[in-house]
Amino acid sequence: MKIFKTFIQIFFFTFIGYNGIAQEVNTLVMKVKNKLDQVNDYTAEGKMKTDIAFIKAPVGGVKVFYKKPNKFKLQRNGGISVLPKGGVSINIGNMIVTTGFTAIDAGFADIGKVKTRIIKLLPNGDNNDIILSTLYIDEANLLIMKSITSTRENGTYEMEMRYGKFAEYGLPDKVFFSFNAKDYKLPKGITLEFEDVDQATKDKLKGKKGRVEITYSAYEINKGIADSIFK
Amino acid sequence: MQIVIIVTMSSIVQVNHLTKQFNQFTAVNDLSFSVEKGDVYGFLGQNGAGKSTTIRMMLTLITPTQGQIEIFGYDLYKHRRDILQQIGAVIEKPDVYKYLSAYENLQLFARLSGIKPTRQIIMDQLEMVGLADRAKDTVKTFSQGMKQRLGIAIALVHNPSLIMLDEPTNGLDPQGIADIRNLILQLSRDRKKTVIVSSHLLNEIEQIATRILIIDKGHKLVEGTAAELFDTSQTIVQLNTTDNQMAVEKLANSSWKNNLKPMRDGHILIQLDQEAIPILNQFLVDQHIGVLLLQPRHSLEDYFLQITAGKQHVGTFTN
Amino acid sequence: MWVHLRIELYKIFRKPRTYLAFAAITALIAVIQIGLYVDGKEYTEFVMADFANSFAVDGKILNGYFICYVILQLLLIHVPLLIALIAADMISGEANMGTLRLLLTKPQSRTAIVTAKFLASVIYTLMLLIWIAILGLFLSMLVFGTDDLFIMKSSYVVIVKESDVFWRYAGAFCFAALAMVTVASLGFFLSFFAENSIGPIVATMSVIIVCTILSTMNIPIFNIIKPYLFTTHMITWKEFFDFKVNDANEAIVGSIQNPGRIIQSSIVLLVHIIGFAGSAILLFRKKDILS
Repeated sequence: MKIFKTFIQIFFFTFIGYNGIAQEVNTLVMKVKNKLDQVNDYTAEGKMKTDIAFIKAPVGGVKVFYKKPNKFKLQRNGGISVLPKGGVSINIGNMIVTTGFTAIDAGFADIGKVKTRIIKLLPNGDNNDIILSTLYIDEANLLIMKSITSTRENGTYEMEMRYGKFAEYGLPDKVFFSFNAKDYKLPKGITLEFEDVDQATKDKLKGKKGRVEITYSAYEINKGIADSIFK
Repeated sequence: MQIVIIVTMSSIVQVNHLTKQFNQFTAVNDLSFSVEKGDVYGFLGQNGAGKSTTIRMMLTLITPTQGQIEIFGYDLYKHRRDILQQIGAVIEKPDVYKYLSAYENLQLFARLSGIKPTRQIIMDQLEMVGLADRAKDTVKTFSQGMKQRLGIAIALVHNPSLIMLDEPTNGLDPQGIADIRNLILQLSRDRKKTVIVSSHLLNEIEQIATRILIIDKGHKLVEGTAAELFDTSQTIVQLNTTDNQMAVEKLANSSWKNNLKPMRDGHILIQLDQEAIPILNQFLVDQHIGVLLLQPRHSLEDYFLQITAGKQHVGTFTN
Repeated sequence: MWVHLRIELYKIFRKPRTYLAFAAITALIAVIQIGLYVDGKEYTEFVMADFANSFAVDGKILNGYFICYVILQLLLIHVPLLIALIAADMISGEANMGTLRLLLTKPQSRTAIVTAKFLASVIYTLMLLIWIAILGLFLSMLVFGTDDLFIMKSSYVVIVKESDVFWRYAGAFCFAALAMVTVASLGFFLSFFAENSIGPIVATMSVIIVCTILSTMNIPIFNIIKPYLFTTHMITWKEFFDFKVNDANEAIVGSIQNPGRIIQSSIVLLVHIIGFAGSAILLFRKKDILS
């Protein structure tokens, strides 16, 4: 699954780049990593909502499977889903590797009411799709509250997490995935529609940010998952 | 001014001052006549004289511009359905649903005529017109004569007291024409029906009609019994000679000049008493003109020539 | 009236031409279904070419509901011809055959006869649509299965939840019935003026083609008359496949984006039906039968 691969990449490279410029930053990232490491596998049920101005879609049920180190699968419970190509990152469970990136401390910011530490990660090589990754980490609870990832090919994605019952495992209840819909081509209708949508409406449809929202209900953590599921 | 005529019990149809205009064209012009019970009423006129328009008005297919039609003593347009219930009609070609069988057609129209068509009724009708053995065949496969007979069966299925047949012999072979003639006579004589029949053929009407109405250009020309109308003492003969030009010249300069009618189709036409035919022949022989043909004519056209002689209508037929 | 209606329906369903229309629909739908069954993937890829550059669409797009949408979209433009074939023949065909004069010399009310004729052509139209529903919707559901309905509108994409689709088809078919009955009443009205059926059939199709062109062309002068053309409203059945969203852009199940548009179009079509059929009935009562 392409989306999944990209998503893996984002998180993979996010942490691979950390090489200890600032010890404090290093430690923080390691702590977060350790926290996430307690999860060997999980399955989660959730609802996925696509909020893109020019896509009207119903809320659909999804089932997510994760297994260490980087196996991930998103399964629809029937229905048709539309996701922006190249980057809905749904899983935060695989932040393991920590080489090949440079980590920079970028200060503090509030995400909602939570105070976070901003860490920017730059890939060392040129051959990565990711140009820059920014993490907003809740230091007190060791949770990633937000990440912004700029890619070469597919624009910039923003991901926000909200935690609840499964915060102790570093697993979010809600994930908001945002992207700039401006760059997406509007579908060109080949249908016989007599009414022409005026330019203002088109601009309005275009200007809005696109968002995919997944709300997880039940997580089943460390119950063991067969590899066959990911095939 | 409309004059209301009190209808006697025996008067089945009473038409008063009937007029129909199609835009500028007057198809029927101030026509009045009546049909008595038991009549075979012949409606005679050239093609386009207004016969069909009149019959269609009597069947409510065409709305009159002016005038009044009473049938069975009631105003036709006020009691349309009650009156039509008692009328059976065949108008021009007997067109029926080609994709249905004779049986199905008859059944369908019987239902529309207000009767419950039992198999017995339908088969009796088909038997009467000699189509019982073709009951199941689609009408597509029928000859013109068979269709005409089916049309008549449809017209009679609900046992109407007045029957209107508009040009019923059109397109039929001599046997078909004879069959229709016999049927009309049978309906009138044996089943006491009143029949209105239109035609442009004089001899056809002459043989069956008890009363005849002759119309031309929508006008009534004359009405009466066959005996009253046809004066057999006067006839028109058709003459063809070895030298027609010479013959006309000689005739015009003789005592025959008043008998001479305008030539038509290269033939000389002369109106005279039947007894005078040998005398005319002798005259021509005396003038050294060879007679190729000397034949009395008996057509509607000639009849018109006779009755309209000297009237303005003559132009229509002699031009 | 019931007797007349039965007789008219009997006549319609005894005509070979009637079955031609059903056969044509069967063939058209079969062609679409077979085509999509064999090469559906390419078709959806073609339709979504632009869209697929930016978005990954996952799921069974090519399901029965989608097939039916494609069928309706393609077919409802051509069905008017099949309807005209019968409706425009109702009076003119009988005039041509010569049976009209025989029919009207029977002791029956002209209004009843002509109303029954109109109703018979309406019933024929509805039966054609039911046939389209059976083959286009139910057979497609059976062959292709069901799932969410994915539709590309002129400027946005709509994905209708599977459980929210069927009633929309019921609505769409009802609306399509109204649109097709408008075609039937136009054909019926035109059949009043002729004594052969080719004329009114061609005239009906010409009117529909010209009006459709006017409805499609985006030229200011035509935009004034557009709202009054019945062809503009004939495709409003598509409105059933667009729903409202709440402030969070969540689909509201069971809603319609522009119910007003459906009501407005229905009114325009109804006015046309009443206009065409009413005029035909009124004129017919006084018509001189010269055929």
